[in-house]
Amino acid sequence: MPRLPRLAVFGLALWATLAVAQPDPLDSARWGDMRAQLFGADAQVVFDSRVSVIGPLTAEDPMNVPIAVDASALPDVVEVLVFADFNPITKVLAFRPVAARAELAFRIKLQQSSPVRAAARTTDGVWHVGGTWVITTGGGCTVPSTGSASPEWQRRLNEVSGRIWSRPEGNRVRLRIIHPMDTGLAASIPAFYIEQLSITDGQHRVLMEIDAFEPVSENPLFTLDLPPAITDLGAVQITGRDNNGNKVNAQVAR
Amino acid sequence: MKRLLAALALIACLPVAQAAGFDYRLAPRQIAPDTWVLEGAQEDFSFANGGRIVNTAFVVTDAGVVVIDSGPSRQYGEQTVAAIARATDKPIIKVWITHHHPDHFLGNQAFATRTLGALERTISDIAAEGKAFNENMYRLVGDAMRNTEVAVPTEALVPGIVEIGGHRFELLALDGHTAGDLAVFDHSTGVLFAGDLVFHDRTPTTPHATIARWLKSLDVLAALPFKQLVPGHGPVAADAGPIRQTRDYLKWLDALLTQSAAAGLDMTEVMRLPLPKVFRQMAVIDAEFPRSVSHLFPAAEEAALNTTSSHAKH
Repeated sequence: MPRLPRLAVFGLALWATLAVAQPDPLDSARWGDMRAQLFGADAQVVFDSRVSVIGPLTAEDPMNVPIAVDASALPDVVEVLVFADFNPITKVLAFRPVAARAELAFRIKLQQSSPVRAAARTTDGVWHVGGTWVITTGGGCTVPSTGSASPEWQRRLNEVSGRIWSRPEGNRVRLRIIHPMDTGLAASIPAFYIEQLSITDGQHRVLMEIDAFEPVSENPLFTLDLPPAITDLGAVQITGRDNNGNKVNAQVAR
Repeated sequence: MKRLLAALALIACLPVAQAAGFDYRLAPRQIAPDTWVLEGAQEDFSFANGGRIVNTAFVVTDAGVVVIDSGPSRQYGEQTVAAIARATDKPIIKVWITHHHPDHFLGNQAFATRTLGALERTISDIAAEGKAFNENMYRLVGDAMRNTEVAVPTEALVPGIVEIGGHRFELLALDGHTAGDLAVFDHSTGVLFAGDLVFHDRTPTTPHATIARWLKSLDVLAALPFKQLVPGHGPVAADAGPIRQTRDYLKWLDALLTQSAAAGLDMTEVMRLPLPKVFRQMAVIDAEFPRSVSHLFPAAEEAALNTTSSHAKH
C-alpha cells in the first residue's frame, strides 16, 4: 500500500471526524434511525448542501406533496435515495441518473410533518445528504387512493401520458402514469404500487432508472432533465412494472 | 417554529383563556340603514385571531334579523348573537350561509336550527365535508374552537326575491369559488353580500374553485346596481373595485398555470415563480399562491401532456 502524504492523512482524519460529529441540519429525532436503517454502519454519510430538496414549506395536500431533488452539483452521482424520516414507510424512491442529470421531481404522500431528504451516492461510495422540512396536516399514507374507489384506474392502469420539451439547458421529459399507488396502510386495501421504471431513448440507451415505493403519490408524475449533450431525442420509451407484475410500456413523443 | 411559539404562548395563558373563553371583540359596524358588518382580519387562520378572518353581517328588518354567515366557531356565533342583541331586541329569523367553507358556517350552533338556510349544494357539502373541516379548524386556531360541532342548515334556499320585514332580498345561486356560492343583494339598501366570490386586498382562496365558473359569477355580480359591496374577506367597498381585483387575479392565475404547464414547468418551480407587484400587495399571497398552485396546477399539466397510444394492457 502506498504511503499517503501526511497532509492527506490529516485531511482524511479531519474529514472523518467532521463526518461523525456533523449534527443533523434538520434537527430530526429520527435521523439516527434513518442513518442506521438506510446506510449501514460502515457507510460514509455526510450532510452536503450540494444536494437540494425543494418542497413547499407547508403542504396543502398531504396526498400530493411536490418535491424536487437536485444532486447535479455533485460530480459522478450513481444513485439518489429519497426518504421521509417520519413517514410510516420511510423510503420514497431511488433513482439512478445514468445519462440524465441527477435531478428528479415528483409528488409524495406524507403522513405527518417530516424532513424529506435525498441521499446521493457518488462513485467513491460516499452518501451526500440534503433535505428540507415539510409541514403538513398529514394522513397522506393511510387514506385510500382515489383510484381504489373508482373503476377508472382498472381501464387505464399504467397508461402513460407525457411530453418532451427542448430547453436551452437540455431536454426536459415529463411522464405521468395512471396508477393508484396504494400504500397498504388503508384498511382492506393491499399495497399496490409501481416498483420499477426505466426510461430509455430511441437507441435503447438508458437515461434514468427509478425504483418507486409506496409513498410516491397516486398517478405518479416525474419531471427529469437531460444534459445538453443529448440533442437527438425524438422520443423516450418508458418500461417497468408494479408490485403485481402489471407492465408499463409506452413511448412518449416530442 | 412560529406555530410552536404560538402554541406555547397559548399554553402560558391557558388558565385565563379557559375561564374567559375566546373573546373575538366583535364590533359591528353600520354600513347602511339596518345593516351591520363584522369585519375580519386579513390574515390566515391563527391561534391569535381564533379564525376571525372572515366578514359576517346582519340586517335588522321589521320582521326580525337576517344574518349572513355564522363565522368560524361556536363562540364566534354566540358572540354574534350577543352583538346583535346589543343592536336590537328583534329576534334572529334567518341565518343564510354563503358557502360550505369552515370560516363561514361553524358558528351555526349558536342559532336555532330552523333559521339556518343555504343552497342545496352547500347543505350537502357541509354534511359531507363539515366534520373534517371542523377537525382541521381545531388544529389551525386551537381553543377558540371549543365545543364547536357541525350544524347542517335545514332550509334549502332557492334563487329569487325574498321579502322580509320591508327588505327586498335577492338570493343569487352562483358557483365557482365552490360548487355552491350564495350571494345576497338587498335591493332596499343597495348592499351586496358577495360571500367568497369576492375578495378585497386579500388573496382569493381556491381549494374548491373552478375559475371559469367563478369569472361568470363575477360578471353576474358586477351587473347588479349595488351601492355597497361586502366581500367575504377584506374591506367593504362602495364600488366594483374588489370584483375587478378578484377577476384580475383569477385570470392571471389561470393564465400563469396554463402557460407554465405548456412550458413544461414542474409544480415546485411554479410555486416559486416571482409574483407581479400588483398582486404582491394583497394580504397572505405568499401562503395562498402556492396553495392555489397545489389546487389548480394538476389539471393544467394534465391538459399539457400528450396521451400515448401504446400502453400495455395488464
